[in-house]
Amino acid sequence: MRDKKLNKTFKNNLITYLIVIISYALVQAMILSGNLSSLMQGLLVPICTYVIMALALNLVVGVLGELSLGHAGFMCVGAFSSAFFSKLTLEAIPNAGLRFFLALLIGAVCAAIFGIIIGIPVLRLKGDYLAIVTLAFGEIIKNFINVMYVGKDSNGFHFSIKDVASLNMEDDGLVIINGAQGITGTPTDSNFTIGVLLILFTLFVVLNLTNSRTGRAIMSIRDNRIAAESVGINITKYKLMAFAISAGLAGIGGVLYAHNLSTLTALPKNFGYNMSIMFLVFVVLGGIGNMRGSIIAAVVLTLLPELLRGLSDYRMLIYAVVLIAMMIFTSAPSMIEYREKIMAKFGKNKVSKEAE
Amino acid sequence: MKKKIVSVLLAATLAVMSLAGCGNQASDKTSTAEGKNEVEAEEGTFLIGGIGPVTGELAIYGMAERNGAQIAVDEINEAGGVNGTKLTFNFQDDEGDAEKSVNAYNNLKDWGMQILCGTVTSTPCIAVAAKSSQDNLFQITPSGSAADCIGPDNAFRVCFSDPDQGTKSAEYIGENKLAKKVAIIYDSSDVYSSGITDKFVKEAEEQDFEIVAKEAFTADNKTDFSVQIKKAQSEGADLVFLPIYYSQAALILQQANSLGFETTFFGCDGLDGILGVENFDQKLAEGVMLLTPFAADATDELTKNFVAKYKEEYGEVPNQFAADGYDAIYAIAAALEKGECKPDMSVSDICEAMKKAMTEISIEGLTGEKITWDESGAPDKEAKAVVIKDGAYSLME
Amino acid sequence: MGFISYLIDGISLGSVYALIALGYTMVYGIAKMLNFAHGDVIMIGGYTVYTIVSTMGLSPWLGMAASVVVCTVLGVAVEKIAYKPLRMASPLAVLITAIGVSYFLQNMGLLIFTASPKAFTSVVSISNIKLADGALNISGVTLVTIITCIIIMIALMFFIKKTKAGRAMVAVSEDKGAALLMGIDVNSTISLTFAIGSGLAAVAGFLLCSAYPTLTPYTGAMPGIKAFVAAVFGGIGSIPGAFIGGILLGIIEILSKAYISSQLSDAIVFLVLILVLLIKPTGILGKEIHEKV
Repeated sequence: MRDKKLNKTFKNNLITYLIVIISYALVQAMILSGNLSSLMQGLLVPICTYVIMALALNLVVGVLGELSLGHAGFMCVGAFSSAFFSKLTLEAIPNAGLRFFLALLIGAVCAAIFGIIIGIPVLRLKGDYLAIVTLAFGEIIKNFINVMYVGKDSNGFHFSIKDVASLNMEDDGLVIINGAQGITGTPTDSNFTIGVLLILFTLFVVLNLTNSRTGRAIMSIRDNRIAAESVGINITKYKLMAFAISAGLAGIGGVLYAHNLSTLTALPKNFGYNMSIMFLVFVVLGGIGNMRGSIIAAVVLTLLPELLRGLSDYRMLIYAVVLIAMMIFTSAPSMIEYREKIMAKFGKNKVSKEAE
Repeated sequence: MKKKIVSVLLAATLAVMSLAGCGNQASDKTSTAEGKNEVEAEEGTFLIGGIGPVTGELAIYGMAERNGAQIAVDEINEAGGVNGTKLTFNFQDDEGDAEKSVNAYNNLKDWGMQILCGTVTSTPCIAVAAKSSQDNLFQITPSGSAADCIGPDNAFRVCFSDPDQGTKSAEYIGENKLAKKVAIIYDSSDVYSSGITDKFVKEAEEQDFEIVAKEAFTADNKTDFSVQIKKAQSEGADLVFLPIYYSQAALILQQANSLGFETTFFGCDGLDGILGVENFDQKLAEGVMLLTPFAADATDELTKNFVAKYKEEYGEVPNQFAADGYDAIYAIAAALEKGECKPDMSVSDICEAMKKAMTEISIEGLTGEKITWDESGAPDKEAKAVVIKDGAYSLME
Repeated sequence: MGFISYLIDGISLGSVYALIALGYTMVYGIAKMLNFAHGDVIMIGGYTVYTIVSTMGLSPWLGMAASVVVCTVLGVAVEKIAYKPLRMASPLAVLITAIGVSYFLQNMGLLIFTASPKAFTSVVSISNIKLADGALNISGVTLVTIITCIIIMIALMFFIKKTKAGRAMVAVSEDKGAALLMGIDVNSTISLTFAIGSGLAAVAGFLLCSAYPTLTPYTGAMPGIKAFVAAVFGGIGSIPGAFIGGILLGIIEILSKAYISSQLSDAIVFLVLILVLLIKPTGILGKEIHEKV
């Protein structure tokens, strides 16, 4: 029985990996044969970024069972710390691959550290209160980065939260983070292949965690905290672990984001609560706790507004309508019942199988 | 049960994806197969792309620029086009976001864009300029004012740069002895506003006035300005510098009025449009000074025609962004003519020809009488200082 | 004197937050959902008054009445179309739908009213009160807003505690199944909640726009989020909590701008919120959650 179940999850996970790899192969084939439009090619790295963010958030929402509205904040930390590093070492490390790898480590570690710092106080709260506090932290991070000025000259680093002038730099100084103007001139080191490798890495981390002893401990906290506690599971430790890993993965998403564009600013548009909510939309639409669903939802919802460009002014309006319709279609009990009826008509086979 | 839901969900999303895929393939093959609202890429015309926010909080700037540019395109086409070749203009939304802006750029490339008139806002512009320089595609931004917007040599701009505006404003205040004590209220989360403020503060050290208060607000906190105004008031500022956009400035004027704070307000080009806010009590803006390249109330023929056309087409008084969009299209047309470009030339060849031509042309624009460009891509034109008198702009001596 | 004057500013701002938070907390308390579209209903309320008063030139009273009607109808319609099918689904699904509705209303506003800001004519004609030789200035809008808040707060509490429909609401919020068994029409009770919540949003809409008279399709979004924070601050679901939370939030925001840093005031507000929640995990007046074993 146990073996059978393990086998099943293994199979299921394998399918998820295969979907990613086959999609990658298909897209590469399309690029090589010149069948992929520039728009699509430009969208590949952002799609990878959002898939990673959806997976990272699904670890908190689906596996840990807590609502976080601050994941854009962790992404922001990953993006800025890695872009800072890349800009600084642009000349010192000429090898783009090595530089990106180091930036990746820095981004992930910084974001995970923030995850721990924030997680310790926050994870004591529950439900909507936890959600609002994570939202608050996300906004605080964004707000701080907007007033941060960091420069470097022959005397070393200078830091200020006022303006460039108060950095008191020598003439040879280079302003790296320029307050609201952010970081410009980040090398665009990321590409689609790296993005897909990072998706696979994220998937590997999340799926392995879910199917491990640790993962089962985490899920037991989600399903029944008191029962979990009574069998000796250290709740704080496991919660914090899941939260920090999720934050670190979000940091990876941020690194990918930062190295796709040559300019990085912390605006409400890209790192505000709206973005965190967007990630939540991916997770909920794809099915809470369902990693494959998250991937698909992230891809579909990132493509959707771009494919609606032909509608010009009505684009975002239609997008909103489609979002509501998709939500009702996938989640409403009456719709699920209705679909099942239809399915039953067309595939009696399948129903009888499941009835067994 | 759960598994079933998942499978159904997968089926549903896959269905959506395949639909999406179809739509996409169609748009790949020929651009003429796209939706009705899409601009058709006509053979034998110059294909000009535009990018800017037409949804989201910055929509007003993108819309104005799109409309202004469209008027210019229509005028040029009516007059027979550039060397007999017509222009086709296609404007795409970027929501004011760098990533979406690159998407819009790629979308326009698929459409066949040869020249880019964009982007409207600064941060997206920096990101797009990096891409367009890789493709060697000529780009002119009507209003991307951050210094880095024209970093690559294929990028030009129509508006003043942020550092320029900051320095010029400080010089103007100092040289004309407008004030002894100056307070600044700016948006610290905005590239445009903080860019101007930085240079203004720097230049102020050279000038004969003192900055007594420098108060910020952020994008998330832009309705209540009572604290910022009171600080300026209690420091006795005789001039308040507002390097911000007019929708916030309108609120500041209203709140300063209700607090009984009488002072001079001085702004940059972002303040232009304040008189166009529907239902706005124009008495509040009396005496506001601004450094702007464009005034909708100017009496020259060009401006009068443009404003009349704009009102007729879009029912609003155009602001500076509309004028920037208009001038950008005329600059493109002039450079195309000078560079003797043909629509069947490659994107890169057009870019090379236009880059050279840009430094040789001089255009009569809405935002400057004789605008010329240098190789860096920056325009050379005079800023006009105007003051609002009796509900209209009038040039300051 | 400076401090008191800032305090008054804080209360002015806070009273607007409080008014919005009342609607938020009302819907949350009964329907147990975060209605992210609440801020955008406020925007629609503002535009309704603008259209009737400034464009058509009719009386402000008519504008206000129309705005309440429009928002109430809108709220009930949105509930019927978008939220009702998801009543038995996960609360997160409803949250996402609410976000979809929020996008929808914003883009609808954008298409109908364009992105150009409109200057709103205040519906309050009471002039400012000046104290201590003009050093202290209390605006008429602030007075009206605070009084409106208090009236609404008392009326809501009375309604919920004393009337049959109100008690039905409490029953639905406690246990939908049991309420159904007791003969309460759960669907119409929830519809009523949305009707009242949206009506309150209309009131908040024209008072918000009277206090800060610039109207764009995104006017409601940020105050909506701030009011949500205020509602959590005071203990979400608690009606007096929303009032206290709103006022406190306004005061903290203004004082941190005045005395600490105008750039970092957002961060400070959120930091205080976090501290409060860490000390009192269910907000200032929130009910303790007892764990079921």
